Amino acid sequence: MAENHEHLLEVRDLKTYFHTSAGVSRAVDGVSFTLDRGKTLGIVGESGSGKSVTASSVIRLLPKTGKIEQGSITFDGRDMTTISDKELLAIRGSDIAMIYQDPMTSLDPVFKVGNQMVELILSHEKMSKAEARKLAVEMLRRVGIPEPERRMDSYPYELSGGMCQRVIIAMSMCCHPKIIIADEPTTALDVTVQSQVLDLLKELQDTFGTSILLITHNLGIVWKMADDVMVMYAGRTVEHASTEELYANPLHPYTWGLLDSMPKLSDNADEDLKTIPGVPPDLRLTGACCNFCNRCPYATEICEREVPETREVAPGHFVACHLQDGKGSLKRGEVRR
Amino acid sequence: MAEHTPQTRGALSVEAQIEMVKRERRANSAWHKLSRNKMAVVGLVIVAIMVFMAVFAPLISPQDPNFVDMTKAFLPPGAEGHVFGTDNYGRDLLSRIIYGARISIFVAVGGTVFGAVAGVLIGLVAGFFGGIVDSVIMRIADGLMSFPFVLLALILMTILGQGTFNVILAIGIGNVPYFARLVRGQVHIVKNEEYCNAERVLGASPSRILFTHILPNAISPIIVYFTLNVASAIISEAALSFLGMGIQPPTASWGNILSGGRTCLRTSPHIATVSGIFILLTVLGFNLLGDGIRDVFDPKQKR
Amino acid sequence: MLRTILKRVLQAIPVLFVVITVTFILTRLIPGDPALTMLGPQATAQAVDALRERLGLNLPLWQQFIDYILGVFQGDFGWSTSYNTDVMPLILSRLPATLSITLTALVIAVIIGIPIGVESALKQNTWFDYVFMVLALVGVSMPIFWLGLMLVLTFSVNLGLLPSMGMGSMANGIGDVISHMVLPVFCLATIPTSTIARISRSSMLDTIGSDYIKSLRSRGIRETAVIWKHAFKNALPPIVTVLGMQLASAFTGAILTESIFSWPGIGTLIVNAVNSRDYSLIQGTVLFTAVVFVVVNLIVDIVYTLINPRVSYEGGGQD
Repeated sequence: MAENHEHLLEVRDLKTYFHTSAGVSRAVDGVSFTLDRGKTLGIVGESGSGKSVTASSVIRLLPKTGKIEQGSITFDGRDMTTISDKELLAIRGSDIAMIYQDPMTSLDPVFKVGNQMVELILSHEKMSKAEARKLAVEMLRRVGIPEPERRMDSYPYELSGGMCQRVIIAMSMCCHPKIIIADEPTTALDVTVQSQVLDLLKELQDTFGTSILLITHNLGIVWKMADDVMVMYAGRTVEHASTEELYANPLHPYTWGLLDSMPKLSDNADEDLKTIPGVPPDLRLTGACCNFCNRCPYATEICEREVPETREVAPGHFVACHLQDGKGSLKRGEVRR
Repeated sequence: MAEHTPQTRGALSVEAQIEMVKRERRANSAWHKLSRNKMAVVGLVIVAIMVFMAVFAPLISPQDPNFVDMTKAFLPPGAEGHVFGTDNYGRDLLSRIIYGARISIFVAVGGTVFGAVAGVLIGLVAGFFGGIVDSVIMRIADGLMSFPFVLLALILMTILGQGTFNVILAIGIGNVPYFARLVRGQVHIVKNEEYCNAERVLGASPSRILFTHILPNAISPIIVYFTLNVASAIISEAALSFLGMGIQPPTASWGNILSGGRTCLRTSPHIATVSGIFILLTVLGFNLLGDGIRDVFDPKQKR
Repeated sequence: MLRTILKRVLQAIPVLFVVITVTFILTRLIPGDPALTMLGPQATAQAVDALRERLGLNLPLWQQFIDYILGVFQGDFGWSTSYNTDVMPLILSRLPATLSITLTALVIAVIIGIPIGVESALKQNTWFDYVFMVLALVGVSMPIFWLGLMLVLTFSVNLGLLPSMGMGSMANGIGDVISHMVLPVFCLATIPTSTIARISRSSMLDTIGSDYIKSLRSRGIRETAVIWKHAFKNALPPIVTVLGMQLASAFTGAILTESIFSWPGIGTLIVNAVNSRDYSLIQGTVLFTAVVFVVVNLIVDIVYTLINPRVSYEGGGQD
């Protein structure tokens, strides 16, 4: 297989729509990004922004109503949108592993944890059942599960949420994937367990050189984990930059909103957390203006009329906002006259 | 749907969204949901036709259902103006079917109402008081539910003796434990909800909580079960009459027309065929309607 | 898990007690004097009194009840006046005939109903789904006594293909036995097949939509394994419950079906008992069917516990 492609994963102008009886919902409406080996890309946005659908599109695991309308997804030299179902099955769980938000519902409740891991391994690797079991125990040990042999015979409901997520991470690492797609991997966990799980992911990434596509609504997790960040809103990318650049110089009003709504330890206790007023637009009605215009405090007449173009305002820093048209750019915290 | 003029997009978006919400709210009202469910509409139409037939039987029936003319016995459908033919006494089958609708639907609905009223009261008591009362009532209900329904009704008919009212009673008594169990389960669910606890803390009397909070919340499964149960009660009545223990001739019921048709199945199959089709259609109608109502009340089930 | 099973067994005991009591009360409520019925209207008053004495009918009711319960536990269900034999052996002699058609019908219901239900769920909102779900709905709405007559009319009267009455005999070969079974079994299988297809569909739809199914697909597990190994096993508990209910209510079907096809099973026995006011036989058959129901439900619940590890974990409780 072609090993030396520029990018491990390259998504170009992806459009994934949902066709329902109530109309066409543009869940992902023209998203592009790349992911390199060993790197982490964070996709940030609130629920309904299209970040999870983007992730599901990569492994083509969409509900029946969802369809990839346009764009290309190139993984390791292969176009994921056109490969056969058989190839797809071989890639899922092996080259690209998925970790979902709620670990408690990600495992089949009526099968023992060990059997589910063995099933996964055997469907991708040529080895005996005993070898698969050994590998599974080894992976459970790696992710820090005590008494892994005993845990193999546990049912998912017998494990705590954090323990379950470790099992799922162990499972995802079994076939040494090139990419792990982690969709809100810590949202359903206790705060104390969250950072342990993130540390574990990072450690495994360093050991195996895995790339991570990290989907989250929490910018704090992005600062900790990601090399690059893509901010999504209502199916589109609004800002895309390296983590340092975005941290230092956020340019889109929606990104500012996300930053303002982040709790910080250093903040004054009496300073209120800000929220972004309003709700995201109906995804059946997007596509004719800046999708954020009805919630944006800086919106002008042009925002309600034209879709903002994506501009590269600094090397590798892309933003789609009429305010950043290169003439009189606005900085975070500045007040408009 | 997605087309709109870009120029006014910003101003329109709010209004367009309000309009969309309005339209959706209208579409989400129970009636609209039901009317969009094609199967439920078919069920409703069938039920409406049968009920119409039952209510206006004297007006639409071509002949007196008990008018005997032995010279015209066993006429096939269509002969001499008898759409469905005649039976062994030369009575017009269509007229008997129309009057039979009256008895069959009346008995089925009556029996179900009896079962529902008694069952709901017992279920409320069991669910609300809990403890030993609940255990005793539920064991008795379990016990009664262990008898095959038709068998229980059969024995009750032997005890009560013949008569239309006794058929209603037999079917009704048989239905009581099912309604009791359903309501008791609902009470248990609703009882532990926050607002009920809040009411209790505020000092509301048990009967107040029972009738203003628990019963209204348990009503939708009761309606669904009621509708589906009318369907099975129609079958039960027909089965009892079929076994000779239900509605007694000359009063026409679909079950005893079918039972009569059985004896002359080889020579005049139309009698059994027609009466059975009406039973099947009506049962189907109530089942479709019941399923439809459940889909409306329980969005989880709707797919 | 063992505790759950034990708890369930203990719960069945009061139900059995209720069943026995209700049967006793019901049969005592049937109007008429059993002694008089047995001896006929010409009997002398002394003969009737003597028989009442012998049957224990002049004892106080509570004593009759105790005698009855003691009898039941010794397998003594009394004397059938219409068949002139002991009730219990009579019921047992009729049991194989009833089981042969009810069990065959249920096996067919499982073999046909489950695949149709699962396929319909997978092909939700396609013509396959619509056609079979309409058929299933017609099936559950079917008055089976009418269906039985229509089958007789079509296959016996008009086509002359199959016998319409009685049970075949092995003396005439296996073909005779099977041909006699076809129509009653078809009749009896209609409702269970439809019900199982419907519950299989809705239960599968519930599980197919769950997160772990999406998760399994994301792990590259083959679709057949996702559906038949994982989704199906999770969808199984409600199907087992419904199957148990069908098994238990098969007696209702048997009463009607056997009466149409003159099948010499417990169903015809019950109808004859009621028609001839054979009190002991009514009491015996009613009690027998109810006890079978309780026991079958118990077994179903135990199976349910075994296939669903969560039940025992959640404190064993549907109740």
